[in-house]
Amino acid sequence: MAGGLPLMLEFRNVNTYYGDLHVLKNVNYNLGAGEIICLLGGNACGKSTTMKTIMGIVRPTSGEVIFEGERIDRLPTAERVKRGIAPVLEARRLFPRMTVFENLEMGAFTRKRGADFDQDLERVYSLFPRVKERRDQMAGTLSGGEQQMVAIGRALMARPKLICMDEPSMGLSPLFVEQTFDIIQQINRQGVTIFMVEQNAAMALSIAHRAYVLQTGQVVLEGPASEMRENEHVRDAYLGEMQVAAA
Amino acid sequence: MSSFDLLLQQFVNGLSLGAMYALLALGFTIVYGIMELINFSHFNVFMIGSFVAMGVLSLFGLSGQTVLLHGFPLVGVLVVTLAVTMIACGMLGVGIERLALRPLRGVQGPMAMITTIGVSYVLSNVVMLTMGANTKNFPNPIPSVALHIGTAQITVFQFIIWALSAVLMGGLYFFVQRSKLGKAMRATAQDPDAALMMGVDVNRVIMTAFFLGSALAGAAGFIFGLYYNFTNFGIGFTAGLRAFTAAVLGGIGNIPGAMIGGLLIGLIEAMAGQYIGAKWADVIIFSLLVLVLVCRPAGLLGRLAPTKS
Repeated sequence: MAGGLPLMLEFRNVNTYYGDLHVLKNVNYNLGAGEIICLLGGNACGKSTTMKTIMGIVRPTSGEVIFEGERIDRLPTAERVKRGIAPVLEARRLFPRMTVFENLEMGAFTRKRGADFDQDLERVYSLFPRVKERRDQMAGTLSGGEQQMVAIGRALMARPKLICMDEPSMGLSPLFVEQTFDIIQQINRQGVTIFMVEQNAAMALSIAHRAYVLQTGQVVLEGPASEMRENEHVRDAYLGEMQVAAA
Repeated sequence: MSSFDLLLQQFVNGLSLGAMYALLALGFTIVYGIMELINFSHFNVFMIGSFVAMGVLSLFGLSGQTVLLHGFPLVGVLVVTLAVTMIACGMLGVGIERLALRPLRGVQGPMAMITTIGVSYVLSNVVMLTMGANTKNFPNPIPSVALHIGTAQITVFQFIIWALSAVLMGGLYFFVQRSKLGKAMRATAQDPDAALMMGVDVNRVIMTAFFLGSALAGAAGFIFGLYYNFTNFGIGFTAGLRAFTAAVLGGIGNIPGAMIGGLLIGLIEAMAGQYIGAKWADVIIFSLLVLVLVCRPAGLLGRLAPTKS
């Protein structure tokens, strides 16, 4: 299912509840190492809950979450970050009254500070020269686009194998959206698996390898991104809507 | 005494009192910054600090009567007493958090705050029942050598208070700004969910906040005893309320704000005592609090809404 690639992350029959509310219903995902996978769906369909389940902010009631062959669904968040999962949170969520550099340091929080910290910092600075210019500025004073760069940079500082992105295009100007998606592809080419929740389905499908469609907590469709773009249901529900919104 | 000397004298006294209030205010502000919890048990951690210090001093043979020490013995006694008091109070704070507050983590509303009021009463009553309700003499072994400026004087003791407060507050500031755990504290205060997803152990951050705040309260309790030469089970309320006011005045959750608020409260208390009458000190302090909150609801250095967008 993951195109013959070794599996990075799996959901096996995951059910998640908020109180009585059944949010994820028997969900299965298979993310191959090195893929860009996007998760499409309307409001309140379980996209954000998927991200929270991966990061350990909510625990599944039943089912298994497996990362690189090992169950992680009972592990604390810090342990998951240590193993190589880093988030780019919805609306960036930088620490507004810490400098850009300190935000990047927080990304590397679970790692020992050594020579590889400087390497990773250089990697971030070379991807985002703007971030280097702003390193001593309070993160809260940056523009939305700059904040997004720091948020992605912060995730990279964890030296992750998998980055989970929640709405990376939200609140960004079209120019920045395009730049952000370019960067996501670059990062992916460096070997990082990307799992992305995105409202901008047209944009997301243009760079993704595969996609899942969630509807009221269930996976109703999955397949290669190219097929998804042609799929009538997806066009009606997500692409059409986006084009109208863009017009 | 000329009117200038009088003003200078009260300024010196106010800075000394203010340093004590600032140390105490920091505990309120650190915990509030991270948990948005007003920790009323802090009042009596401070009070217990004065009792611990008194106990340690009595182990050195200092109690009741005035025994003066000089040179190395003086420094040694002060340092040991301070260290023991701060560690004991720090651990008391951690214990309070672990036993009474952690089980309530995630419970919405004022439950945790009410719990801290309960803990505060338990602490003061335990001290009253075990140590007695009467006021105790608190020995001060520091000789009253003073620097004279005109007729105003600055005692060695006041220099010690300033130096100690500067070191402790500087240390705290350095820790919060530079250390990894300090940065985790700031990150947690600004966005707890995001900090969690960076891999920060939020329980450890909260424990650190309680330890540091309570240790500083212990230092303040020691200073209180030395300054006023007495302690009793009830000292936490008045001093605690003024220090809490200092934290709110400076902008609760803001560390430099608590320092400035503390100094301001100390100065007001000293000046009011001199020029209006000591009985009016609280009236003036709390009127000023109301005035500042009406004009700047977030306090002098505070921010109104946390920027969480």
